[in-house]
Amino acid sequence: MSGFQTNSRVIKWIEHRMPVFSFLDHSIGSGYPAPKNLSYMWNFGSLAGISLVIMIVTGILLAMQYTAHVDMAFDSVERIMRDVNSGWMLRYIHMNGASFFFIVVYIHIFRGLYYGSYKAPRELLWMIGVVILLLMMATAFMGYVLPWGQMSFWGAKVITNLFSAVPVFGESIVTWLWGGFTVDNPTLNRFFALHYLLPFVIVAVVVLHIWALHTFGSNNPLGIDPKGPQDKIPFHPYYTAKDAFGMGVFLILFTAVVFYIPNYMGHPDNYIPADPLATPAHIVPEWYFLPFYAILRSIPDKLLGVVAMFGSIAVLFILPWLDTSPVKSGRFRPIFRLFFVLFMVDAVLLGVVGAKPAEGIWLTIGRIATAWYFLHFLVILPLLGVFERPRPLPTSISKPVLKGGGASFAGATAKPMEKA
Amino acid sequence: MADTATPAQAGSGETRRDFLYLAAAGMGAVGAACVAWPLINTMNPSAEVLALASTEVDLAPIEVGQRITVTWRGNPVFIDHRTEKEIQLAGDVDVAELRDPEADSARATKPEWLVVVGVCTHLGCVPLGQKSGQERGEYGGWFCPCHGSHYDTSGRIRKGPAPLNLPVPPYEFTGDTSIVIG
Repeated sequence: MSGFQTNSRVIKWIEHRMPVFSFLDHSIGSGYPAPKNLSYMWNFGSLAGISLVIMIVTGILLAMQYTAHVDMAFDSVERIMRDVNSGWMLRYIHMNGASFFFIVVYIHIFRGLYYGSYKAPRELLWMIGVVILLLMMATAFMGYVLPWGQMSFWGAKVITNLFSAVPVFGESIVTWLWGGFTVDNPTLNRFFALHYLLPFVIVAVVVLHIWALHTFGSNNPLGIDPKGPQDKIPFHPYYTAKDAFGMGVFLILFTAVVFYIPNYMGHPDNYIPADPLATPAHIVPEWYFLPFYAILRSIPDKLLGVVAMFGSIAVLFILPWLDTSPVKSGRFRPIFRLFFVLFMVDAVLLGVVGAKPAEGIWLTIGRIATAWYFLHFLVILPLLGVFERPRPLPTSISKPVLKGGGASFAGATAKPMEKA
Repeated sequence: MADTATPAQAGSGETRRDFLYLAAAGMGAVGAACVAWPLINTMNPSAEVLALASTEVDLAPIEVGQRITVTWRGNPVFIDHRTEKEIQLAGDVDVAELRDPEADSARATKPEWLVVVGVCTHLGCVPLGQKSGQERGEYGGWFCPCHGSHYDTSGRIRKGPAPLNLPVPPYEFTGDTSIVIG
């Protein structure tokens, strides 16, 4: 790749003193070569970034109208819905934005799981991503408490009570989290403070995530390393255009939900003001927590249930060392592929179980699905690396597309490409 | 076609590709503006805030020479039941010499009642002079302690840094001794 060039004197002046333009060029511009075979599955990283920006912008505007006090929080949210100019839109974007952020991030994660994006040398990139997921979960949970409806209150109570499972110190930890004897005004105030802080922490960790990404560049659907410039194309304009198109599709779906079915993914109970004296008959978390909630409820022991729930995410941290296969992409791993599909079904099933009452057949299904979740990571993946016989890998990214590996196209990116 | 694409990639001249870039960027800018406006507009006062924007005042208990302060849109409004002397003082001024020329008759529909917004036109402090014993400035009206602006008995700026007279809010008499401000 040739270095960053410009004719603008202003840009040159700034560039000389702080090379911000060449930094951008090497990050998302024409100076960043990316594998030329990235599919639409590689859109979800940029979509997650866009979601984060949408959440921060609408969140800051909402914070200007919101009152973090038990007596006023619910009414201030209703005021946003009824009186604030376009307030209903602001809140519906933020509310559904959380769901879409999780949809995008879950697809992003499953993409990584299928194409082995967590394998060397991208282990740290993957682990930083898991940290982002944890931060997102904490942020989403605390944000859901702020409207101070019934689900807000009881969700906060149940989730904070998870920590009471900690031996010896459990009760003291929960009292400390609450700042009182139950979820009350001090809890609401600190949740608001943290809900405002954590997104910016996420931004910082996203910077690390992108830093780690750009050290070795994106993985790709074949899971093999680019052999040279003939296997790559500049990020701009090729992937900026592809990401922009993906963003358009994403925004169409997002706005359709925001404007036509804004409460589809919410719970009507959260439009009832919080009542510390009466728990709703059937409390469930937001949909994106359901699989983990199902794991929690499947274990008939308080401490072990909590351990299993946190363990279901912790296991992702060590995934790069659990999957022993040297082949990254699921395309060349026929048996892994089968188990990957089973795992996806298992994850969705856990989500369904999480939404059902914990009794009867659902309890049994939940236990089997929980067992399978851990079996997949702790037993199947390590064994597959030993016993599975992967299909032969192509010698280069260009090979399957261009007969002869595209050698005649060496340096193609330096020359203008002709349209076919 | 290869022959039409080549000059565009060399980055020279007006081509279809330049047009496409501009059209796409322009469309994007319009879209961004359409999203930005409602978001920015959420910070404007809502209809329910604007609906609180009128205040009724009963003037009957206010004696001659007494001044009271009421709240209108969150700001103080000074109501002065002026004495004959104060009215005369305000009327005798040569309007042409004022910094912000306005005749007293244009500022008070009934000469004995002066209604002005009690916010200094310099930088927004509340001038003194409402309570007995407070400094009223060199012209017997109001005196702003922040930066030393003097207002006369018609609330007009006479001395100091403020550029304009204390504004008269929109108000009307709903009876002999009652007004609605706003």
